[in-house]
Amino acid sequence: MSDQGNRLGRLLSWDAAVVLVTVTVLIVASGAVENFGTSRNFTFLLLDLLPIALVALPMTFIIVTGEIDLSVASTLGLTSAVMGSLWDAGLSIETIIPLCIVLGAVLGALNGFFVTVLKLPSLAVTIGTLALYRGLAFVVLGDGAVADFPRAYTSWVTGTLGDGPIPNVLVPLAVVALVFGVVLHATPIGRGVFAAGAGEQAARFAGIRTGRLKFWLYVVSGAVAGVAGVLWTLRYSSARADNGYGLELAVVAAVLLGGVSIFGGKGTLPGVLAGVVLLASLQNALRLQDVSNEALNIVTGVLLIVSVLLPNIVSSARTALRRRHRATAPSAVSPER
Amino acid sequence: MTVTKEAPVAGEPTVHPRRSWTANVFKARESGIVLALIVLVAFTATQNSRFLSGQSIRDILLGTAILAVLAVGQAIVMITRNIDLSVGSVLGLAAFAVGSLMRDNPGLPVIVALLAGLGVGAVCGLVNGALVRFGQVPALVVTLGTLYAYRGVSYFWAGGQQINADKLPASFLDFGTASVLGVPWLVLIALLVLVAAGIVLRSYPAGRELYAMGSSPQAAQLAGIRVGRNTTAAFLVSGALAGLAGVLFAARFGTVDAAAGTGYELNVVAAAVVGGVAVFGGSGSAWGAGLGALLLTVIGSALAVLDINQFWQQAIVGALILLAIGADRLVAVRVAKALKKRDSHV
Repeated sequence: MSDQGNRLGRLLSWDAAVVLVTVTVLIVASGAVENFGTSRNFTFLLLDLLPIALVALPMTFIIVTGEIDLSVASTLGLTSAVMGSLWDAGLSIETIIPLCIVLGAVLGALNGFFVTVLKLPSLAVTIGTLALYRGLAFVVLGDGAVADFPRAYTSWVTGTLGDGPIPNVLVPLAVVALVFGVVLHATPIGRGVFAAGAGEQAARFAGIRTGRLKFWLYVVSGAVAGVAGVLWTLRYSSARADNGYGLELAVVAAVLLGGVSIFGGKGTLPGVLAGVVLLASLQNALRLQDVSNEALNIVTGVLLIVSVLLPNIVSSARTALRRRHRATAPSAVSPER
Repeated sequence: MTVTKEAPVAGEPTVHPRRSWTANVFKARESGIVLALIVLVAFTATQNSRFLSGQSIRDILLGTAILAVLAVGQAIVMITRNIDLSVGSVLGLAAFAVGSLMRDNPGLPVIVALLAGLGVGAVCGLVNGALVRFGQVPALVVTLGTLYAYRGVSYFWAGGQQINADKLPASFLDFGTASVLGVPWLVLIALLVLVAAGIVLRSYPAGRELYAMGSSPQAAQLAGIRVGRNTTAAFLVSGALAGLAGVLFAARFGTVDAAAGTGYELNVVAAAVVGGVAVFGGSGSAWGAGLGALLLTVIGSALAVLDINQFWQQAIVGALILLAIGADRLVAVRVAKALKKRDSHV
């Protein structure tokens, strides 16, 4: 009985299911969608999912602790706008890039301050900073754009390793992802993150300084969004205040799709990366089919809802199944009762 | 055993002064908005007398009307400790639906447009409510999803076309500009919504149940309040009001495309939060939400009159949200401290 239940559980494991669906989408799309399987498209696909994957790494930590950061896309936009105006002001790119990452960290620290020191709900705080940071981006740069960033940088970001399809930037991203994965799944910090999400009070009694932990998670989230802002600007060779508009949806959708519980305490980083790939390849395949960007919003929105609904449906179905087993099992032993 | 049973009875008399104390603070909060409004209007008027011209006031009132209708719906949802981020998309969908309905049937009376908008919005709200209730999923995630899904439906339907004023029947456009005894129709409708929601929330059992749910969902459930049904109803009302706002939007501007109302959800949440509706549920009023909508609209108008870059507006909205939830927290901490102090004296 229990063996069968375990096997069922493993089959229904969310992470495994997402990986399976992702692989299926990739195979079907390669066969059915023209140009999807080409190495050129593969490069574009990877470049498109890069900012989502990057921002999703710290977002996974934050959602596992039971909080949320909706301001990431605005942080990306503000760093991009500042990057543009600093470049206009004549600073060297080698000075601007670290400044932008520090700026991202400061913006994240402000979120962290509101959430952990003033103990305000992270949802409300980051809705506020979502508006504030995006507004400041427009104040800094208006609705114009700054282009003409140094070719050496822009062509490195859009370039690939050798003549292959793998973008250069994927290498540092893979390293960063590995670091985040190890920290989340194999260190005391990661255990603290899960503990804080499973039960904040219990975690505090166990000696985990949940406030400090969350504060630094927001700082990291801001800094990473700053990095994403820099990469975004270099990739399109265009600093704009509306860069990355609406990206928070894709990131939250990918994280939840990857099996992280919105209630905190549950999730894996490999699952999240599978979620990112699934979301990005679906969008890519649909775009190649000439589905408009706006119609893609339906897909993303529905995926987001499905990814939170389905686990609930599966778990309630499982409970119902177990109850039925329990109801039938005794009657098999003693049919007279 | 008997001691623990008596304890709540002994504590009962303290409940009353406690409630009036917090009520006073929130009253002070609303009067704070009024004060801010007066200062802002006075300052702007001294800088530029154009600000107090009839046309300018009319524009502010028309803008407030649409935002206030949305904010009242948002307040109702937020009081139950939920949030509805999809209102901007529902507004856009309803505006486009009503716009194409009126364009294709020029003979229809305006009341049909209003009912159609309410209907479209109610359906969207019902979907949100059902997903939140039966999916056991946080409203944030559901409405973040439907924010994009409903917008996608609008784009899918509109396909890049725009409904222009010259295609809409004159009676419908007149409704957007006409007034009764000097008060524009849109403002009258917004006032009607405000008064109705204010009275229901304040004085009817159905309204009080929403506050109970927001204060403590579990306690509300134990007290026999039908939490699930009320949640669905709150989302239904919020959606219907967003649909109504869509009709007002179409009538006022006369031009509707699939992008109508993009980003409104931020201003709506801001109006409600600034107006004293707590994001964690359980407190706030329709009046407050209306006042918040008025404040945000006046700020936007003042920025234009003062020749300040309009881009500041969104940043100010964000700062106001942070300020308002910070003030809320401060009040909560002070109330808790005051209670602790009094309890220790008893």
